[in-house]
Amino acid sequence: MSEALPAETVLDVKNLQTVFFTNSGLFRAVDDVSFTVRRGETLAIVGESGCGKSVSALSIMRLVPDPPGRIVGGSVTLEGTDLLKLDDAAMRDIRGNRISMIFQEPMTSLNPVIRIGDQIIEAVRLHQKVSSKEAWKQAVDMLRLVRIPEPERRAREYPHQLSGGMRQRAMIAMALACRPALLIADEPTTALDVTIQAQILALIVDLQQRLGTGLILITHDLGVVAQTAQRVIVMYAGKKVEEATVESLFETPLHPYTRGLMASIPAVPSPDAREDVRLIEIPGMVPSLTKLPPGCAFAPRCKLAVDRCRQEYPPLDEVKSNHWAACWRAGEMAEAS
Amino acid sequence: MTEQRPLLEVTDLVKHYPVRGGVLRRQVGTVHAVDGVSFALGTGETLGLVGESGCGKSTVARTVLRLVEPTSGAIRLDGEDIAPLSKTALRPYRRSMQIVFQDPFASLNPRMTAGDIVGEPLSVHGIATGAKKQERVAELFQQVGLRADQMRNFPHQFSGGQRQRICIARALSLGPRLIVCDEPVSALDVSIQAQVINLLIDLQRKQNFSYLFIAHDLAVVAHISHRVAVMYLGRIVEIADKHELFANPRHPYTQALLASVPIADPKAKRSAPLIDGDVPSPINPPSGCAFHTRCRYAIDRCKSERPALQAAGSRHQVACWLNDGTGRDE
Repeated sequence: MSEALPAETVLDVKNLQTVFFTNSGLFRAVDDVSFTVRRGETLAIVGESGCGKSVSALSIMRLVPDPPGRIVGGSVTLEGTDLLKLDDAAMRDIRGNRISMIFQEPMTSLNPVIRIGDQIIEAVRLHQKVSSKEAWKQAVDMLRLVRIPEPERRAREYPHQLSGGMRQRAMIAMALACRPALLIADEPTTALDVTIQAQILALIVDLQQRLGTGLILITHDLGVVAQTAQRVIVMYAGKKVEEATVESLFETPLHPYTRGLMASIPAVPSPDAREDVRLIEIPGMVPSLTKLPPGCAFAPRCKLAVDRCRQEYPPLDEVKSNHWAACWRAGEMAEAS
Repeated sequence: MTEQRPLLEVTDLVKHYPVRGGVLRRQVGTVHAVDGVSFALGTGETLGLVGESGCGKSTVARTVLRLVEPTSGAIRLDGEDIAPLSKTALRPYRRSMQIVFQDPFASLNPRMTAGDIVGEPLSVHGIATGAKKQERVAELFQQVGLRADQMRNFPHQFSGGQRQRICIARALSLGPRLIVCDEPVSALDVSIQAQVINLLIDLQRKQNFSYLFIAHDLAVVAHISHRVAVMYLGRIVEIADKHELFANPRHPYTQALLASVPIADPKAKRSAPLIDGDVPSPINPPSGCAFHTRCRYAIDRCKSERPALQAAGSRHQVACWLNDGTGRDE
């Protein structure tokens, strides 16, 4: 399926702006962020807590709690429809049907008192006119698809009877039950052990490619990004600071924040390593969104910052082909590398 | 470090928890949280403990400090077995052993100032009071990269990274010889983790204490440790110098664990997951080698007999029946 329309855009987010009104003032959780996702493609959104990556996802799903949050600008076009213009009923038809979401903690996102199979059926019958018998069969098929052993038995079990990895598989089964065009996975493996993480990531990528689903993978783990995504956007303090193909980003990161992140993460020693390299720290901490500095939000932590960085916010320029960065000095860095 | 007496020597440490059930709350089973763990830790050395959730690494750490009472086994600190000591007899040893927990939000009393938190151990052990205590606390603040004027602030006024610095200052206050770090950076943002890891390394170089370092993130453990022990279902399955372990993993579980870590390089080939399924329950651990249910090299012997840790090269031990070269990467 995915070969027929390789470049079809599933999701087009343009100039999205989501703000929160709090006691300490208004803050822009997502500030003028644009990106697209194509069929069968994985887009990774990387950043630290408070950078706006999860709020971006919730904005696409129209699940930002209002109040205190509100989407104040931009458009979110899914398969030709602007989701921000839909009424609540129409949006409910889209959620779980055309877009699905997987969350970090599978135990808190599954209902503990409903059997696994019934929870999948709920998603199916809400959007498709099928008999309960047919829906049960589909639920068991979905559990088989996500490689849960003995799916007939597991469908009749409750969430507490499943291990963490199995619960996340069940979540994936539920999310994909209606064959959505877009799947959003918000830190899907952060709560899991590393061997289980490897299994779940392999499963998500395999199913996404087989079903041609567009995938937004939200994570803070650059290793996960490198191994699963085709394109990456890096967010800092509510703004997109860099966008590139995964190869280009890891080969020549062009924003000092991205470079800092890569240098500050310890790597598993390669088999021939004998020396320890000291980690390079990013000084300071992530700024509070209510007290953003004028100019570039990263400037106070940036070794390369010049006066201009502290006064004017840099535009997101295409510094290299298909590689954008919002940094006054990205051009110099591209030339130097 | 093998020549001199190790600072900490743990022998056959066992911790079992009873599982009770039924109306009479009779014991119906046993959780084998730690099932015969032995290791030694030298002065100024860092031993990393890795393994998946439920493998018993945190229980080992807490049992070593006697925050959890061991079921059996010996814990020798400077040659003295502290396992059978009474609470009072243990007290002087507590000064030498400190711990830094995972969550700096839960491990600091929100009603105490940062200065009081760091100074509390000094009063409890009657080491310093009044102005002398304040002076020592200010010094500790400076050592961990905080300003002395922040002593008056409460924990909620600090960021996660700064709170972890307060926890480290508290651990340092009594001049310990062993600091147990239980997932000290897992709750921190990526850009803050490096700051705390570098601080821990710098402090050790200056003060020459030892770390027992627990984390589920293999890269973090590998970065900070001199030696690494891999645990599976309550037992150490492999222990070696860090570089040796990563260059030459001998146990099939270690190999699978290393292969599961995603590498931050899109050109690195992703291998198919080496192991399927989940960790079995520690209530009924599999017979023989506990890993045999998920091991692709398992032979009949693995199902019936438990392999002991055996030498596999210099300062490298592995508990696997295939420890003759056949268990290695083909």
